Amino acid sequence: MTAPDEPHDHDHEDGHEHAHAPHPPARPDTDDELTYYKAMEIAVREFLIEKGVISADDVRRAIEAMDARSPAQGARIVARAWTDPAYKARLLADPNAAIRELGIEPGVYKLVVLENTLRVHNLVVCTLCSCYPRAVLGLPPDWYKSRAYRSRAVREPRAVLREFGTEIPHHVAVHVHDSTADMRYLVLPERPAGTDGMSESALADLVTRDSMIGVAQARSPAKSN
Amino acid sequence: MSAPDAVAPQFQAGDAVRVRFADPPGHIRTPWYIRGQAGVIERLCGTYGNPEELAFNRPGTPRQPLYRVRFRQSQVWPDYRGAATDTVDIEIFQHWLEPGDT
Repeated sequence: MTAPDEPHDHDHEDGHEHAHAPHPPARPDTDDELTYYKAMEIAVREFLIEKGVISADDVRRAIEAMDARSPAQGARIVARAWTDPAYKARLLADPNAAIRELGIEPGVYKLVVLENTLRVHNLVVCTLCSCYPRAVLGLPPDWYKSRAYRSRAVREPRAVLREFGTEIPHHVAVHVHDSTADMRYLVLPERPAGTDGMSESALADLVTRDSMIGVAQARSPAKSN
Repeated sequence: MSAPDAVAPQFQAGDAVRVRFADPPGHIRTPWYIRGQAGVIERLCGTYGNPEELAFNRPGTPRQPLYRVRFRQSQVWPDYRGAATDTVDIEIFQHWLEPGDT
């Protein structure tokens, strides 16, 4: 660690001599690169705004709505399914209609709900890109988009699960779901033991994003503080 | 006579199918690792615009039946080390499927 009063000795590019307070090395003002497609997006967006097709506020609102979606929505769906068997049956039969009941808009994709049981553990991946049930879980985690996860989840799912701290016994089948086209997948994790009598909202706190992708189980109440 | 908007589904849940082994250019949504593999129809998902057409800003018609096809992991990967009951389900469009041997 550099002491704050230590004099710096880097070369100034303009070569002039001056005295000023030492400062930590500067980081570039832009933290990413202006790629071809970013420039294209900016150009098209500005053009559409200039032509009055959309407004800057439309763009801002769309981003705000996108960012407002979070795993909390998926957790609400799961907690309802855990507490209401009739809702669970509707959720498995027609997921889009069932999540609309809770005021969640499924969007253009068809949701498929995958129920974990004593005999089946489900895991979701998109090997071709990064299809993800954004309507119910928000934006995907970075690892979901990594080539390592995308290739290995389908090739050696049990090893990947183990790295996430999830050991699936041999008598439980691992069902991997490769999201390649127009379906989006939500895992319905098993309800943890010791949760009898818990309220729906307390149960929702146990439902993590990772448990709805299938890389983990829902939290048990003892560990959830 | 105009072409129908959607192709009629040819398979139903439980049918044995095989994924065509082909390597056409373009925007293909059939993962490489599953081409040529045998599986079973898990369900018909509906009919959807053909992504190989949509990717080039064409209408994607006639829409293609889309299925979820289930494959045994131990068949897909010869050195697979999980349980014999492990499976992988993949969404595959009808024009990539042919009847399998039962």
